[in-house]
Amino acid sequence: MLIKIPKKSALTAADITDEAVYLQRRKLIKTMGFLGTGALLGSALSQTANAGFFGSDRANTTQFTTTPLSFTADKDNLSLLKTPEQKVISHNNFYEFGAQKHQPAELAQHFNVDPWQLTVSGECDHPITLDYDDLTSLFPLEERIYRLRCVEAWSMVIPWIGFSLAQLLQKVSPKSSAKYVVFQTLDDAKQMPGQDDRRLGGGITFPYVEGLRIDEAMNPLTLMSVGLYGKTLPPQNGAPIRLVVPWKYGFKSIKSIVSIKLVSKQPKTTWQQLAPNEYGFYANVNPKHDHPRWSQASERRITSGGLFARNRIETQPFNGYGEQVAHLYKGMDLSKFY
Amino acid sequence: MFLTLSSKVFYIKVAIHLAAFLPLLNLYYLAFIDQLGADPVESVINFTGIGAFNLLLLSLSVSPLAKKFKQGYLLQVRRLLGVYAFVYALIHLFNFLAFDLQFAWSLFFNEVVKRPYITIGMLAFVLLTALAVTSINHLKRKMGKSWQQLHNVSYLIVMLVGVHFYWSVKSEIITPLFYLLLATILLGFRYKKLKKLCLSVFIRKKR
Repeated sequence: MLIKIPKKSALTAADITDEAVYLQRRKLIKTMGFLGTGALLGSALSQTANAGFFGSDRANTTQFTTTPLSFTADKDNLSLLKTPEQKVISHNNFYEFGAQKHQPAELAQHFNVDPWQLTVSGECDHPITLDYDDLTSLFPLEERIYRLRCVEAWSMVIPWIGFSLAQLLQKVSPKSSAKYVVFQTLDDAKQMPGQDDRRLGGGITFPYVEGLRIDEAMNPLTLMSVGLYGKTLPPQNGAPIRLVVPWKYGFKSIKSIVSIKLVSKQPKTTWQQLAPNEYGFYANVNPKHDHPRWSQASERRITSGGLFARNRIETQPFNGYGEQVAHLYKGMDLSKFY
Repeated sequence: MFLTLSSKVFYIKVAIHLAAFLPLLNLYYLAFIDQLGADPVESVINFTGIGAFNLLLLSLSVSPLAKKFKQGYLLQVRRLLGVYAFVYALIHLFNFLAFDLQFAWSLFFNEVVKRPYITIGMLAFVLLTALAVTSINHLKRKMGKSWQQLHNVSYLIVMLVGVHFYWSVKSEIITPLFYLLLATILLGFRYKKLKKLCLSVFIRKKR
């Protein structure tokens, strides 16, 4: 068994805002908001629009429980200043639980991850199905401290726990016809309220689908994550298992995966289907290729510090992982294959 | 309880001040101590943007309401709502420049020129500034008839703001569409006036 020794860079209890205080923050705003400009608009608007912009009342009080994991610590990336855990688990794009960043942490706490089944199938010799326990026991777990760059031009540094996707794919022996890998999120509107509520779900189609080229999937950086900050994943971060592709925009890193399929043709992914001019299949972090509606040249790194944190930094090609992945795109016009 | 008209106006104005100003204090206090969610910058931008839109819609609903319920004194609070809409818009823009772009001026100018939704937002802000500046009594008297002509621009502003909002979201378009619908309804109350305005512009061009 591995014994985890806390790193010097680890946050101490004093760095962490007391949960009770933290959970009150929206209530404060909401109370003020309803008394405020919103209330003047009358009941019709306060029931529809305000429910969104001052937060909704659907928040649950009981929290999902995460459990500590055993893993090998990442000693190579200790110099990266990590995003505080409380921010990592409360600022999420997971439209299945609401399209606003604070909603998944509030609406996902009753998500049931055990039992879970993840099937790996398609163009391979030995398709398998992983149960909940397999996810954390089939492969030795390692910590990977990665930068996560969202397509919305903010970023975090997150200590993930997981194993390389390559290990899992080798287990099923892909055929030579396997050129792409398609991932799919759980399809369960009973548990994921965004899936059958257009406004909550942000107008994308469900179930969420993502894809990688086989060589991208086999790259050692590509991680199947089952935890963060030493514990199993909270549901808002994609429990019980998610993908992490650190050189691509965050939306590629699909959450709560139930199916991984090896296929011969490039799949159509969720955001690509919604707005192909804005989101491509590759979605590599590229400061030279702007989103049509905003610049991708720089980003705001979310760490600790409030409104006055001077956290705007230059965005790196491939999110700073060019050394490991640039060769995958040799000869490709990255402004065309964005 | 019976109140004189001037005390009614007074109380409504006090309520508007409290309802518009206190949330800002609370918002910036929480943002300052980093208790406004993980990304306080995004939160303050969204809050002040939507707040400005709410206030703009409110200010435009004053005259139809006053007409409908025959409460003419309500017109006296319209300016305050409009000025607060401007204040929220100003803070919204300042948030973008100071906290999001962190005074990267070249990026700011580039974004204003290059990104249509920001261009439109900026245009709406410039027009709103003109209205706020000319809301001073002294200027209003001085301008005479042209004051009303200038302030008819508020109908254009509310639509620009609606498009700015719609264009700024990633995919959740129901909220901005709802706001656009509200704006359209408020313009609908002024159908005759707008028709006349459009015609006069058209005729002037023909000459």
